[in-house]
Amino acid sequence: MEFFSTTDLLGASPILVLGAFSLIALVANALMKNSAPVVFGISVVGLLASAGASMYTFSENATAFSDMLLVGGYASFFSILFALISLFSIIIAKPYLERAQYHYGEFYVLVLLAAIGMLMLGASADLITVFLGIEVMSVSFYVLAGYFRTNNASNESALKYFLLGAFATGFLLYGIALIYGTTGTTNLLRIVTMYPQAFGDPLHIIGWGLVLIGFGFKVAAVPFHMWVPDVYEGAPTPVTAFMSTGGKAAAFSAFVIAFSVPMSMKDERLMMVTAVLAAASMLLGNWFGLSQLNLKRMLAYSSIAHAGYMLVGIASATSLGQQGIAFYLVSYALTNLGAFAVIAMIEKENGGNLSYEDYAGLARRSPGIAALLAMFMFSLTGIPPFAGFVGKYYLFASAVQSNLTWLAILGVITSLFSTYYYLRIVVYMYFREATSSDALTFPFMTRLVAILCAVAILVIGIVPSLVLNVLTEIF
Amino acid sequence: MTNILTYTLFSPLVGILLLLFLNREKRTLIKSVGIATSLVTFALSLMVYFGFDPANTNMQFTEQAAWISGLDISYAVGVDGISILLVVLTTFLTPIALLGSWESITDRLKEYVSFMLMLEVGMLGVFMATDLFLFYVFWEAMLIPMYFIIGIWGGKDRIYAAVKFFLYTMAGSLLMLIAILWLGYYASTLPGGYFTTNLQKLYTIAPGIPLGIQTWMFLAFALSFAIKVPLFPLHTWLPDAHVQAPTAGSVILAGVLLKMGTYGLVRFCLPLFPQASIEFTPLLATLSVIGIVYGALVAMVQTDVKKLVAYSSVSHLGFVVLGIFSMTEEGVQGAMIQMINHGLSTGALFLLVGMIYDRRHTREISQFGGLAKVMPVFTTMFMIVTFSSIGLPGLNGFVGEFLILLGSFNSVILGSYVYAAVAATGVIFSAVYMLWMCQRVFFGKVTHDENRSLLDLTRREIAVLLPVLLFIVWIGVYPSTFLKPSAASVKQTVTFMQNVKNGVTVTATPAK
Repeated sequence: MEFFSTTDLLGASPILVLGAFSLIALVANALMKNSAPVVFGISVVGLLASAGASMYTFSENATAFSDMLLVGGYASFFSILFALISLFSIIIAKPYLERAQYHYGEFYVLVLLAAIGMLMLGASADLITVFLGIEVMSVSFYVLAGYFRTNNASNESALKYFLLGAFATGFLLYGIALIYGTTGTTNLLRIVTMYPQAFGDPLHIIGWGLVLIGFGFKVAAVPFHMWVPDVYEGAPTPVTAFMSTGGKAAAFSAFVIAFSVPMSMKDERLMMVTAVLAAASMLLGNWFGLSQLNLKRMLAYSSIAHAGYMLVGIASATSLGQQGIAFYLVSYALTNLGAFAVIAMIEKENGGNLSYEDYAGLARRSPGIAALLAMFMFSLTGIPPFAGFVGKYYLFASAVQSNLTWLAILGVITSLFSTYYYLRIVVYMYFREATSSDALTFPFMTRLVAILCAVAILVIGIVPSLVLNVLTEIF
Repeated sequence: MTNILTYTLFSPLVGILLLLFLNREKRTLIKSVGIATSLVTFALSLMVYFGFDPANTNMQFTEQAAWISGLDISYAVGVDGISILLVVLTTFLTPIALLGSWESITDRLKEYVSFMLMLEVGMLGVFMATDLFLFYVFWEAMLIPMYFIIGIWGGKDRIYAAVKFFLYTMAGSLLMLIAILWLGYYASTLPGGYFTTNLQKLYTIAPGIPLGIQTWMFLAFALSFAIKVPLFPLHTWLPDAHVQAPTAGSVILAGVLLKMGTYGLVRFCLPLFPQASIEFTPLLATLSVIGIVYGALVAMVQTDVKKLVAYSSVSHLGFVVLGIFSMTEEGVQGAMIQMINHGLSTGALFLLVGMIYDRRHTREISQFGGLAKVMPVFTTMFMIVTFSSIGLPGLNGFVGEFLILLGSFNSVILGSYVYAAVAATGVIFSAVYMLWMCQRVFFGKVTHDENRSLLDLTRREIAVLLPVLLFIVWIGVYPSTFLKPSAASVKQTVTFMQNVKNGVTVTATPAK
């Protein structure tokens, strides 16, 4: 009996390639002295190779390993996105860690391992794959959050994330168990064939409800958001960048596939629960964002709010909403990576320079960097011609389409709150005079990442079809 | 010439590209590039103007290219009688504003000129877009440069003013966004219909929306425009933004940005939601009349000249809105011409106030007195613009106000001459506050010794003002030149509204 075929291997090649490279990196790290630069190089090559494999399998529209994994299309799209996010994150991390004198190879290995989890999530056609992906990704995140092991905040961040994360995974598993109990399978492609009979069972819906809690935690939706501000603030900045973009995108990529199953029934209850989560996230995220003084904390609350916007797409249960989420993830990832790249450059070794005050007069001290950060803030606010606007347009359009106009109205009103705190940083950078004249150093590669992100959000903001045409192919 | 609208619209971007390659120390060159670019844009817009056929009520010079095909969003531009003059006004005022701030802006000049040019693209886009998505993109994107212009180069309370300006405008426009989405969705619910933001298609679809929903749609659009106009009681951002903005910012704000609100009412609110527009006419007309009187009364008690001019805008724009909602040919025509008039005269007033501020670094009325003896040329120009602003026959302001009052007096849809009667008092009030201010600033004895040594206008400053004065007189003496382009389009809109009023039902026809 054959357990897998060559087509399975080819289908899983983006994951396998990344796995191989992470093992090579791990061995290199163990065997070599001063291995960090080498491991960095291996990681870059590994991520590029994985992205290449995803592109190669893009045109296929199949499944692998007995319908456990999706191949091509959707999975490839997200695999490429995750590889890109990981790549940008480690490029931001390198100079940051060197400056903090924490530059060790295992950092990159952990990023690669987390990326493997993300790739599995984006390709999951089975709830077990979802679970595996979440665990692989999260365990790496727990360690990464506590990477500054002599720093109390970093430790607190890791512990908090781990305890709450483990708790949430429990909900996810319980939910999967109930779904299995009511349908006899964990495979998403098969569950949907048992509808509408299986859907009538209340335990089945409770199962999905529990899965929703698990996802809600991973995407940082209210009321499962308590961990977010402390974890984001305490973790090293490049890790925060990685978690807030890659982690969220991965969780949403699986969320969209998994929930396309129960949402296909257009069940009022499930739509309403998701809509309420979306509404609460938009409201509380943006509301608390208003009072933050620390930029990383502000972006943490902003991340909660953006989870809310994307949940609108899930609640709408339309393909427009799904496309909206995918587009939004691309624009959000690029915008946040860029913003964190700038923050990582401005931040001092001792964790200082993170408050609004520290950005006063930045437009004079370094006009280019200030302009980049301003663009990211405008994109997060959702002002055209930046990509964030098109994403919101799609998501709110999907809400209107599904008779959830109230959700769209709430979305725009809370966007208005967010305008205030995003613009506040522009106010400090441009309209106030500098309070400090310390020299700032901008590592070339980090700057390059920020510039690439800015160009990308502008280009896909003006020509959204570049991404949208791909999306219409994969949904 | 094909694609001329696109060339006009994006030509300022060429200037920004050029500026990127200039050394920031080359100040004269930077300014020259800015002015040269905006003059090229002006020339292009004149080609549009002279190629425009006033008898044709359709969109002209139209261009269309698919943008987001899945949602039938396209890059679609065109001009008709309602927008053509506003396009020219924009391209006309931008070089004047730039030339007007030749010496007053010294800090971060390159950014300043770039933002002004960006702003021009945004404003032109708003007037040219014939797709709601495209319109919204320009409407919002234009906030960014204006926000920086107020926030960086503004006065003492510039940060407060800039943030307030941004938040107020956003608050209105976000609800408009939902309405745009809903319109698109509504189009998709019709038999054989699909999601669209194409204005031409929506013109046939939207009027058929049941009144209950139409009301909400109308309110969402109207709120956004009313904030921009600004209509009483949504005007509180205006004095802050106008007073804090640098001279060129105030000129553009008053000259063009406010018109985006009134333009929106004519372009979108009336033809898309005719029934709701008629339903809400009493409310909007009342608010505009209150604005006329209130703005004038508040202007009267100002001690700061710039603030006085800012409040006078509230009053003048009230006239425009009243004219629009009279829904008569005279009224709407008057509103159209009054938009141009206000752009010219208030723009010129802000320029003049900026000139005196550059010399004395104060705008307090009490700090002046007897300037006529010291600065005769300045005084003459100021008085001409003042007369234009208060509507003296022979100058432009008279034509607009007269038509609006005439139109609203006879309006069936307004249904009462009370509006016109109360609004007419605004004309008197405006004469009071403007002339009283002029008297205190220019006439009598020179009360402050600092004012004795003030220099009169330079040749550059005269060059800035002369073109504006030329049009102020031209419109006053021979308004037909400027009434003709909009006549046919206005007539079409008014006839449509009157048909709806008379019960000609409009049914939604799905997009083809």
